[in-house]
Amino acid sequence: MMNTVTLRNLKNSLITVSMVCATVAVLVPLGLIFFHIMKMGASSINLDFFIHIPKPTGETGGGMANGMVGSALLIALASTIGIPVGVFGALYLVEFGGSRASNAIRFAADVLAGVPSIITGMVAYTLLVVPMKGFSALAGAVALALIMVPIVLRTTEEQLKMVPGSLREASLALGVPLWRTCLKVTLRSATKGVMTGILLSIARVAGETAPLLFTALGNQFWSHKLTEPIAAMPLQIFNFAIAPYEDWHRLAWAGALVLVTVMFALSLTARYLGRSKQQS
Amino acid sequence: MNPKVKIDKLNVHFGQTHAVKDVSIDVPENTVTAIIGPSGCGKSTMLRSLNRMHDLFPSARVTGKVLLDGGDIYDRKVDPVSIRRRVGMVFQKPNPFPAMSIYDNVVAGYKLNGRVKKSDADEIVETSLRRVALWDEVKDRLKNNSMELSGGQQQRLCIARTIAVQPEVILMDEPASALDPISTLKIEELIEELAEKYTIIIVTHNMQQAARVSDYTAFFYMGDLIEWGETKKLFTTPEKKQTEDYITGRFG
Repeated sequence: MMNTVTLRNLKNSLITVSMVCATVAVLVPLGLIFFHIMKMGASSINLDFFIHIPKPTGETGGGMANGMVGSALLIALASTIGIPVGVFGALYLVEFGGSRASNAIRFAADVLAGVPSIITGMVAYTLLVVPMKGFSALAGAVALALIMVPIVLRTTEEQLKMVPGSLREASLALGVPLWRTCLKVTLRSATKGVMTGILLSIARVAGETAPLLFTALGNQFWSHKLTEPIAAMPLQIFNFAIAPYEDWHRLAWAGALVLVTVMFALSLTARYLGRSKQQS
Repeated sequence: MNPKVKIDKLNVHFGQTHAVKDVSIDVPENTVTAIIGPSGCGKSTMLRSLNRMHDLFPSARVTGKVLLDGGDIYDRKVDPVSIRRRVGMVFQKPNPFPAMSIYDNVVAGYKLNGRVKKSDADEIVETSLRRVALWDEVKDRLKNNSMELSGGQQQRLCIARTIAVQPEVILMDEPASALDPISTLKIEELIEELAEKYTIIIVTHNMQQAARVSDYTAFFYMGDLIEWGETKKLFTTPEKKQTEDYITGRFG
């Protein structure tokens, strides 16, 4: 009797210890990355970094202002394409889709989510860069939108599925047409969860570099024309990090710090939204 | 007098299941008709075919006719939305919109369909809540969330929401089965009052409830309509042996 209890306690602590180890193994790399970037980048972050564009080779100083604005523009444009497609696609899946059509869409979304992002960039290159005869912000945004769509679609679908059928029925029984019920009852009830999915998809594409390499291309100067190459933070970090200049390396570290901080903030907001939803 | 709702040889299939078989019932205006029968006998399915709720399920197939004031609601030219505005529905589990206030729930039928003038809305909210005897209980907290009401209050709120859009017929699917006895009593009293203005069809598991609130009763068994008629007659001198067995508690 005594023996089995001892054995059970032993097993119990063994499992507990291995779970703690696994947790640490997950947290340590995250902490290491964050603190290393902090150490290397924090010293280069100053006002100049946020308001200046990169200085020509050889001159010190300069910042990534054009990259930040460029990234913001790319993300905004990608969102205006990707979010409606994802959200309405999910509504279609949940509310109207016959089983065969919806399975096909779901499968397509899963495959799309698994496509390496450089391939997504090539798709945008073929679709937009080649016909338009030039790299452009638009092509970059389309590439990012292609990455956003499956993420938004699947998270939105999960959230919409959790809206109780009784609410839809209540609305329909009041003589509200199906499309209005979809928008005003089903989607409205799932707003917080849908927002979470959208934020996560933005956090994902904010750091994407590969799909921008031969679409948005990058730009050393200010540009806000959608038909011209545009700067983006991940691209700038990439270019600066592989350049042979010490000064540029510092800018790359600072850029990495800003980017990681933004993504961290987005993820936290998404989590906060997700949590407050569970409570209500 | 012509019936308000005339169900004529109604059949409902769900995939391979024949849920409602060749049912014909006349429902006179401003009366309460109760539909009773054991679980899974097709009562709810029958009820939901009276405001075309089955349209949402691709596997459901409805044949036969349901005449509302003489017009077939399953006619090709008829928009199901217009039918649902005339035939309201109260569900088994109270289902107020959780993100809305008490006030907004009552006028949900208007708000979801567009805008409604504030003065009109105020009036609709008060009359509807008074009619379901909820006004005095909630008049000081109309802007509060509807989920803080008790189950019985929520169900009366749902009834208020239904009558706010002024339907002609109200379908009730076991409206009191999730409620305590006192709330049930209030709902039953409410049904009797509502019958002065509306035609009510109520599905219930509870035979005493059917006997208390209804003018007519229909007994369903395995998708078949066994017998229907005046409640008093059906409960005292049923024509069919099956009905008698059920109401005396010998099966079901």
